[in-house]
Amino acid sequence: MTTEVLERKPSEKETRLQIIDCDIHPTMGSLSDLNPWLSQRWQQHIVTYGEFVRQGLSKTLSHPRMQPAVSRADAWPPNGGLPGSHLPFMQEQHLDANGVEYGVLQPLRPNGNSQRNLEFGAALSSALNEWQLAVWTGKDKRLKGSISVTQEWPEAAVKEIERHAGNADFIQVALPPRSSEPLGRRRYWPIYRAAVEHGLPIGLHVSGVNGHTSTASGSPSFYIEEHHHNVQSMQGLVTSFVLEGVFEEFPALKIVLIEGGFGWVPALSWRLDKHWAKMRDEVPHVKRPPSEYIREHVWYTTQPIEEPENPEHLIDLIDWIGWDRLLFSTDYPHWDFDDPHTVFKVKLTEAQKQQLFRGNAQKLYGLK
Amino acid sequence: MSQHVVAAVGEVASGASKLVTVKGREIALFNVAGEYFAFFNRCPHAGAALCSGKVVRRAYSEEPGQYKLAQDHPMLRCPWHGWQFDLRTGEAWCDPKTITARNYPVAVEPGAKLAKGPYVAETFPVAIDKDYVVIEM
Repeated sequence: MTTEVLERKPSEKETRLQIIDCDIHPTMGSLSDLNPWLSQRWQQHIVTYGEFVRQGLSKTLSHPRMQPAVSRADAWPPNGGLPGSHLPFMQEQHLDANGVEYGVLQPLRPNGNSQRNLEFGAALSSALNEWQLAVWTGKDKRLKGSISVTQEWPEAAVKEIERHAGNADFIQVALPPRSSEPLGRRRYWPIYRAAVEHGLPIGLHVSGVNGHTSTASGSPSFYIEEHHHNVQSMQGLVTSFVLEGVFEEFPALKIVLIEGGFGWVPALSWRLDKHWAKMRDEVPHVKRPPSEYIREHVWYTTQPIEEPENPEHLIDLIDWIGWDRLLFSTDYPHWDFDDPHTVFKVKLTEAQKQQLFRGNAQKLYGLK
Repeated sequence: MSQHVVAAVGEVASGASKLVTVKGREIALFNVAGEYFAFFNRCPHAGAALCSGKVVRRAYSEEPGQYKLAQDHPMLRCPWHGWQFDLRTGEAWCDPKTITARNYPVAVEPGAKLAKGPYVAETFPVAIDKDYVVIEM
């Protein structure tokens, strides 16, 4: 039997999808992984006292998660360790397999930003940043870090931003949407000033232990409920940024809401505009309709994507928000991972795909 | 339709799975306490490899505040978003009428019978004194 091999170039349609993934979680085995970048004092502090975040039961999450380690069941590295802890396996299973051109790291633990002991929190954040450089971005040039800061101690946060500004391995400043006060408040403005000065967007990945319940009327009963209230956190912080006048003070500030959905954006914008039309005299520093600030200053990552019953409605939704506002993300290795090949249940044009999967993030983060 | 020998009995431990390729398609083979199930290795929801999925028991509830696990009703739980499929029918637990994971008939046949054909042993020789798992597709 003979076999003929036809040689031909792949058509444009068959060219492999290249993506910029704006939400990848690197994990560490234990806090002691940070020892190379922690002083003797803080290493000993971990052993003797440990972490005290702003809630009871500080070593656990407020609600049990959907899957062990909040992760895909197939993301546990074969050689042991937690999902997201082993770079070669992450490369094989995700970066290489899914054509990731750049991946934005969102380390969630330890959360220096939620420590009651601010000095300890700042030390953890600094060490976490060094860990990102040494263990991840230094070993795979596709990966880009997020500068972790302790937002409840803005002076330390600014120093940390200045320490890394100009290093192309960091492309944004990470803040938790659940902070001690709404993030538009003036106490946080030094952080925004520093971010703008250094041309860094603020990335807000769902996180933060602030001691407040996640709803305005107390703690939810279920994980599904807690998971959904991430959306409320995002709406609250966008409202705070707009009405406190943050975007008026910092016209170049860019914020990225990560894993908080986007279906709510048009409704919030419409409603804020309506209220602003009647009550703008209370907030004279908000000079334009809120929707305009939102349209200019806010970006959203796609995962976990909205799945309307009629998939075509997703197109309407993005028309309302703006095709240049959405950044593709997978959330690898977490359980609610969005696969780039199946995430959109509706047909997108090549231009739309190019924007969502790559172009918007490339432009926002200034990636080559 | 043709029949394909994909594993020797004993090769896939009870509770384990094996990824095989038949007619160019990836198939996830499961051994659940000696009973075999074969699925197209792609979740109908978002494309995850079902071979990495976990076999679980179906949870049900007769009243608020309590639940039980069905002893005789194995479900395949997708490794990503946790969608569950009836191992026997492929039907999705959340929406059985419209969503189904593609599955294939599986049988265990003695090597002596297989050696006579017309079965297709694609990956290894068949010994007449052993039993084999055969997928029809």
